[in-house]
Amino acid sequence: MTDWVLDVSGISKRFGGLQALSEVDMQIARGEVYGLIGPNGAGKTTFFNVITGLYTPDSGRFLLAGQPYTPSAVHKVAQAGIARTFQNIRLFAEMSALENVMVGRHVRTRTGVLGAILRTPAFRAEEAAIAERARALLDYVGIAHLAEYKARTLSYGDQRRLEIARALATDPQLIALDEPAAGMNATEKVQLRALIDKIRQDQRTVLLIEHDVKLVMGLCDRVSVLDYGRCIARGTPAEVQRDARVIEAYLGTGAHA
Amino acid sequence: MSTMRTLPLFQRPGLLAVFLLVLPLVLQQFGNAWVRIADMSLIYVMLALGLNIVVGYAGLLDLGYVAFFAVGAYIFGLLASPHLMDTFPWVAQTFPNGLHMSLWLVLPLAAALAGFVGVLLGAPTLKLRGDYLAIVTLGFGEIIRVFLNNLDHPVNITNGPKGIGSIDAIRVFDYPLSKKLDLGWIELPGVTLYYYLLLALVLLSVLVCFRLETSRIGRAWMAIREDEIAAKAMGLNTRNLKLLAFGMGATFGGLSGVVFAGFQGFVSPESFSLMESIMIVAMVVLGGLGHLPGVILGAVLLAGLPEVLRYVAGPLQQLTDGRLDAAILRQLLIALAMIGVMLWRPHGLWPAPEHGKALEPGATR
Repeated sequence: MTDWVLDVSGISKRFGGLQALSEVDMQIARGEVYGLIGPNGAGKTTFFNVITGLYTPDSGRFLLAGQPYTPSAVHKVAQAGIARTFQNIRLFAEMSALENVMVGRHVRTRTGVLGAILRTPAFRAEEAAIAERARALLDYVGIAHLAEYKARTLSYGDQRRLEIARALATDPQLIALDEPAAGMNATEKVQLRALIDKIRQDQRTVLLIEHDVKLVMGLCDRVSVLDYGRCIARGTPAEVQRDARVIEAYLGTGAHA
Repeated sequence: MSTMRTLPLFQRPGLLAVFLLVLPLVLQQFGNAWVRIADMSLIYVMLALGLNIVVGYAGLLDLGYVAFFAVGAYIFGLLASPHLMDTFPWVAQTFPNGLHMSLWLVLPLAAALAGFVGVLLGAPTLKLRGDYLAIVTLGFGEIIRVFLNNLDHPVNITNGPKGIGSIDAIRVFDYPLSKKLDLGWIELPGVTLYYYLLLALVLLSVLVCFRLETSRIGRAWMAIREDEIAAKAMGLNTRNLKLLAFGMGATFGGLSGVVFAGFQGFVSPESFSLMESIMIVAMVVLGGLGHLPGVILGAVLLAGLPEVLRYVAGPLQQLTDGRLDAAILRQLLIALAMIGVMLWRPHGLWPAPEHGKALEPGATR
């Protein structure tokens, strides 16, 4: 049996008269990069927000690494093991790059107020471990030299990297990237691709929502295509590219590849 | 540890310590009124440090902070004055020697109660931010004051607008701080003794604040301040963390209130007006949100300046044949100073040091 990191099925979500998602299934295996594509308004972001707890679904079954989880609150989903980045970067602007990643460790650490005030040995040890791990992650994404800089002073590409480092700091089962290549130039896209490749090689699982079809086709192991809230195709990028319904969704009827 | 910022007090902590210890001895030569100004400044430093946790770290604009100050002050006022015995005969019977609760019992009690009230008032405001939060907290602050003003009937608990008087002086090692201490070579009046107690409490507060700031709790607060949605996505339980910030801030307010009540010997609702809340917020903002040295500087300036201006405004008033009222002039000068600071130093007088200046601003998005 395959080791599914994310196994969700029958997800539906309605906004008033709009059926944003109907009966969407998705299964992501450990260590793969899974792409989610679709035309504008297809429901990609809605799906993303449902599995990360931002929207309450009307129906659906949710399994994360074999364990059922309820996407009822964003912070609980993060604790359960899905870390995300944002389409429009959301860093802690006035905190240093290092502190940003250290915040990511919060959910896997314990010490409370009393430990912090008394500076207990447990607190010191944990704090040292947090800092060490954060530095390692900054190095991992390639911005170790920017550790002390405030997040808002980083370049666009570096801010994306920092966001990924911060997400990795929560020790996620699944790391979900919401349009990471949006607004990037060609060089930055190549670097991003290399980084996601590296994350995959470390046996981490990635869900990638992306507009840039070229990036998705080159990078992902498998792809799902959403259109009007339905999953119209899934499979390897090559299979999906040949699918008549996908071509229709992207190019309209009568078009031929 | 390299990741922890070094305690950013002064460049020479030894020099600072000598200055702080000698200061009241110099001031008392010019009269106890000057030492009193220093004492009040220290109380305000404690208040500003507490509010800084809520506003500076967690980014929750609280305009009712003085309510917790009032809670602390009234607890000590009630537990260390004859007022309750006058109202309730059974209290007088239980304490035949008078109700003189020790400071060391009242302090934790006030801290706990103020913290509890802080969480209580914080809970309904969790979904609010910015201006909306400010308005609701402002309302809560006023509610507490109105309660204090009106709880003199049917049962006289707070003595209403008349306030509670003859509150015990604070006793340290059973020595009342209101009594002059003769060391032989120098005489220390009560205000100077209070100064040293307050100084110790302020130093303790600074230590606690600094340790919170550089812990995972402090980072989590700041993350909420910077971007609440991203903080949630990182697994932070923002509800609990905000309540914790409200509670911790309120605790500081309660403790300052206790010392204030002992120091003044008298509390009345008048001391806890909205203006006080606004002044404390102004101290934090003026000094530098979230930056401890800045907050301390802001509190000392705004608490001390009006008193010092008292001596400047007087002559000015004489100069204009009394047409300029000293009190109004004082407020005018403070307002001008604040506008000036906000114009020329919008991040406060002493904001947190800027990292990353070396990078081109054009590189940011």
